[in-house]
Amino acid sequence: MHARTAPAAPDRAAADLHSHGDRIVAVLSGTWQLEETTSRFDRLLASSSSASPRSIAFETAALGPWDSSLLIFLRQGQSYCEANDVAFDTTGLPARITALLALATPVPERVLETEAPAPSRVAQLGLAGLAAWDSASSALAFLGEVADSLLRLLTGQVRMQWRTFWVVVQSNGSGALPIVTLIALLVGVIIAFLGAVVLQRFGAGYYVSYLVGYGMLREMGALMTGIIIAGRTGAGFAAELGSMKVTEELDAYSTLGISPVDQLVLPRVLGLFVMMPLLVVYADLVGILGGMGVAIALIDLTPTQFIGGLLSAVSLSDALLGVFKATIFGLIIGFAGCMQGLRTGSDASAVGRSATSAVVLGITLIILANAIVDWLAALWLI
Amino acid sequence: MTHPVEVTDLTMQYGPLVVMRDLTFTIERGEVFVIMGGSGSGKSTLLKYLVGLRDAPSGTVRINGEELAASDRDARRRNLRRIGVLYQGGALWSGLTLAENVALPLEELSELDADSIAEVVELKLALVGLRGYGGFYPSAISGGMRKRASLARAMALDPDVLFFDEPSSGLDPISASRLDDLIRALADSFGTTIVVVTHDLASIFRIADRALFLDISQRTMTALGDPATLRDTPPNDEVRRFLTRDSGSST
Ligand SMILES: Nc1ncnc2c1ncn2[C@@H]1O[C@H](COP(=O)(O)OP(=O)(O)O)[C@@H](O)[C@H]1O
Ligand SMILES: [Mg+2]
Repeated sequence: MHARTAPAAPDRAAADLHSHGDRIVAVLSGTWQLEETTSRFDRLLASSSSASPRSIAFETAALGPWDSSLLIFLRQGQSYCEANDVAFDTTGLPARITALLALATPVPERVLETEAPAPSRVAQLGLAGLAAWDSASSALAFLGEVADSLLRLLTGQVRMQWRTFWVVVQSNGSGALPIVTLIALLVGVIIAFLGAVVLQRFGAGYYVSYLVGYGMLREMGALMTGIIIAGRTGAGFAAELGSMKVTEELDAYSTLGISPVDQLVLPRVLGLFVMMPLLVVYADLVGILGGMGVAIALIDLTPTQFIGGLLSAVSLSDALLGVFKATIFGLIIGFAGCMQGLRTGSDASAVGRSATSAVVLGITLIILANAIVDWLAALWLI
Repeated sequence: MTHPVEVTDLTMQYGPLVVMRDLTFTIERGEVFVIMGGSGSGKSTLLKYLVGLRDAPSGTVRINGEELAASDRDARRRNLRRIGVLYQGGALWSGLTLAENVALPLEELSELDADSIAEVVELKLALVGLRGYGGFYPSAISGGMRKRASLARAMALDPDVLFFDEPSSGLDPISASRLDDLIRALADSFGTTIVVVTHDLASIFRIADRALFLDISQRTMTALGDPATLRDTPPNDEVRRFLTRDSGSST
């Protein structure tokens, strides 16, 4: 396009319309620059004196440097002419402009469109219901596939992908320790704080150790670790498998007759199944330490008193309940992450959506499962 | 003898979007068969139906005489062993080295021991010109090498039908024509049936025995035959424009 250098005397862009009977001649002159606003060509034509022009021609002897603004202006005139059945005679325009105008005139290109009419509001509601049903039943189908794959692993029909398994173990072992330590410690501190503030009012500060013990072992250790791992590893699984979907690596398994569930899902789910309980035991210990620190600092308990109180309060079954929850959470996180990953659409933004929904689904299911386990435990007096 | 690929009255769709309908064709053993058409005309989609990644809502796709969709797990696996697919971007498993990529299908689907597998891997990599690259990860090699490595993986189990999605896309002209030569050689020397999806005219004329044209405006196939003949005596204007690179604008 033309360089937008200002000429010695930059005269403003102008288009003067001269009527010769039913023919209009537009005289273009001056420097045409995008920054300078000119009036719209179609408005000029609409308000021109000639009532019903048959054709428009151009004179460009006084036309200075120009840029896209002139093309925009001419295209406004062009579409006005098309709409009103006026001949648009470009012979008076410089060749470079006519060439650009021709380029901008669309050659129709085909895209596939749905032939059926768009569904009505009511139908959309129905379709949304069907989609929800579909996704629920495909989740069940996926669960079945994973169970089937596990069964075949146990009967020796599937080769375990140990390498992937160890990567998962490692990243949810030493890799996850810093964040789990930090969060568990703080949760222990918070529980002890709450306990110290509330219980000391009744002179029962000693019982902080009960609260910390029960709170960490039965609930918070597993729950907080579950949420951390869902955000960290669950999202990671979904993103990993999702990008494999986008790059057709998953299809490459399928067309070789190799099950992506055997290859990718099984080692990941099992890796988490093994690591979650270990992480939770660790988180429990760290949380209790944090709580003990607060108890020592705020209510002058000695470590022996705190631990003595704690041990008389909690039993092994409390700790086991937390560990049991952890294994369930591990399965849930692995399951949700892998399922959302495998379900990913075929573009890059779909990977992000999968990771997000893996976390949301994982955390939701964890909290739901936590409530159910607590309820059952209360029923069975565990 | 059955045909390697037999498609009858196939309709392809994504939900309500009908991509193509009434596709009927058979592919002969040992030929290089090109599926051509403009961008978005459904070439990759057709490939997905052919290799059993999508199940046909109506119509049938038979590979070596068997319907992939209808067969049970074991039959499907047996049949899948006889086809190989080369995806557009290569789709090598990024966590595995090239040698491991080629070895995985052998480990999973054959009874070979580790030594024989290593030999097969070595041979397949050599055939595609990648001798000595077995230890490389896919991210460490060029796009053309990735596609050839992916071809080595697709050939691992000696399939009798190979499918290629846009083999020349993203490659420089020399790498692209090298891949074309490889495709032609596979058909001529091994007698492998080869199905190539492409819109690359140079490739089409170079490798195709027959070509199928998917017409986006008709939503179906509108030409099938030898590409040079189709170019010289086009059955319709869309085919003529496609094969002569005519954009349709008069300037
Ligand atoms: N996963 C999908 N979901 C919905 N529509 C799709 C999907 N993949 C492709 N399409 C649509 O199907 C049509 C054909 O796509 P494709 O087979 O990729 O064309 P080609 O490979 O010939 O360029 C396009 O209109 C595309 O938008
Ligand atoms: Mg494509």
